[in-house]
Amino acid sequence: MVTATRLATGPVRARRHKQTLTAWMFALPFVLIFGVFMLLPLLSSLAMSFTDFRSSDVQTPLAVGFVGLDQYRALFGDPLFLRSMVNTGYFVLVGIPLTMVVALTLAVALNSGITRFRTAFRVGFYTPVVTSIVAVAVVWRFILQPDGLLNDLLKAMGVDGPDWLNSTSWSMPALILVAVWRNMGTLMVIFLAGLQAVPVEAQEAAMTDGANAWQRFFRITLPILRPTLLLGAVLLSVAYLQLFEESFVMTKGGPLNSTLSVTYFTYNQFGFGKYGYASAASYILFVGIVLVSLVQFRALRSRV
Amino acid sequence: MTLLPFAWMLLGSFKTQGEILHSPNGWLPHSPTLGNYRMWFGQLQIGAYFVNSVIVAVLTVLGNLAFCSMVGYALAKMDFPGKRLLFLMVMATLMVPGVVTFVPLFVLVTKLGLVNTYPALILPFLTSPLGVFLMRQFMQEIPDSLLEAAYIDGAGTVRVFRSIVLPLCKPPLATLAILTFLGSWNNFLWPLVAAQSQDKYTLPVALSLYSTGQNATDYGLLLAGAVLVITPIVALFVCLQRFFTQSIASTGIK
Repeated sequence: MVTATRLATGPVRARRHKQTLTAWMFALPFVLIFGVFMLLPLLSSLAMSFTDFRSSDVQTPLAVGFVGLDQYRALFGDPLFLRSMVNTGYFVLVGIPLTMVVALTLAVALNSGITRFRTAFRVGFYTPVVTSIVAVAVVWRFILQPDGLLNDLLKAMGVDGPDWLNSTSWSMPALILVAVWRNMGTLMVIFLAGLQAVPVEAQEAAMTDGANAWQRFFRITLPILRPTLLLGAVLLSVAYLQLFEESFVMTKGGPLNSTLSVTYFTYNQFGFGKYGYASAASYILFVGIVLVSLVQFRALRSRV
Repeated sequence: MTLLPFAWMLLGSFKTQGEILHSPNGWLPHSPTLGNYRMWFGQLQIGAYFVNSVIVAVLTVLGNLAFCSMVGYALAKMDFPGKRLLFLMVMATLMVPGVVTFVPLFVLVTKLGLVNTYPALILPFLTSPLGVFLMRQFMQEIPDSLLEAAYIDGAGTVRVFRSIVLPLCKPPLATLAILTFLGSWNNFLWPLVAAQSQDKYTLPVALSLYSTGQNATDYGLLLAGAVLVITPIVALFVCLQRFFTQSIASTGIK
């Protein structure tokens, strides 16, 4: 298109002007919707976080008081918010490595053979990904009951299972279990694609040099897979840091706030009508997500 | 193993409340009943929630296909002032968590008088930065010579876009359609806030409110509801599973 314009005879400037117009016409619907429903809220959220905006101020948004960093200061002094940060951190720090290890193990197993059952596997690992978390949570709430399916299984192995969702120490592990079950499919597919890019020659050369399967995995496969692992980690952390639906439907953030996440905290503050406070909390989460992603990029890039 | 919870869900949905509370709990229902389903289709009017979910999902998908491909084309194949800034903003918002925008979004929707309407459920999701990115990446690979030939033959930009570019873009359009549909069908936080009366509830919102409300202990009913919420998407997935997995993998590989 660019070259087409340049090739054409006639006043170039008029042409260019016309192209600019056409381009913006193509971009217009997106720009309008994106501007009104994404950019505007994103900026007002930031602005709101420096005010004491409450639900009663909706009719007169310009009359709210500017409070500077007070909301942020208050948040870092709010035990409930700090608790929600710790909970979210717990969920992320345990959930991500666990999901990645399970997904990688499955991907490696699937890659080395079992092609015949690939369709069955795809349905098996992918159904949890595509189904609504709300629906899934209903079943899990049932499975995780004191006399539910999971504890029956544990009993068969001689272990007395806890009352998962009503125990302050086991509610979070229960949510992590559900998250791993739900998300391993996505990561498995991504890892599988990465594994298929590992050159067979490298593996064969290592084999003739006498490297065993473990050595080959850690010395050859894993380094080649690094970008894919990075991507998986970033995708997961963006998702896991936003933990909300699992705890909303399964534990209501309880018992005793043991599964209250940052998003859940924000949602509650919104419910109390403290919009400025909620916005500040959401921005802290946003900054957290950006920071974690940056750190991961650094960490995985530098270790070449 | 991963499907066990679904099997449990399906079997449980045919049990009566009495049987579910009975311990120890067997897998197969003793006296299978359709009572739970009858309740959903009758008294609880799941049909209406289903229609809401479909309306919202279909319109969201159509909007995304149209608008993301249009702006994607401008970004991939046209030169215009503001292009870099536009692309930069799209990329910058890729990682914004939904919770950051939802408070002002609610204020905005309230101001516009749209609370509890379909537009409130649809408009915020009518375009997506990820969709724009997907379309632009794919369109950049279309050879310029192909488009130039069409221009020299006298076709206008709209014509070229509709009859050359879009037909070539079936793979990313399919990906975008699947991802958007999934996202919309399972979307929860926003519909929970924006749909305030029963007549606008989507399936997940309805199910969650029943499952935390007065029916919270009626497990057979909830399991049947869960089955009904996931059936359409699972059916779609089983039919199109190859496309589904490719879609999710492609967002990964970028």
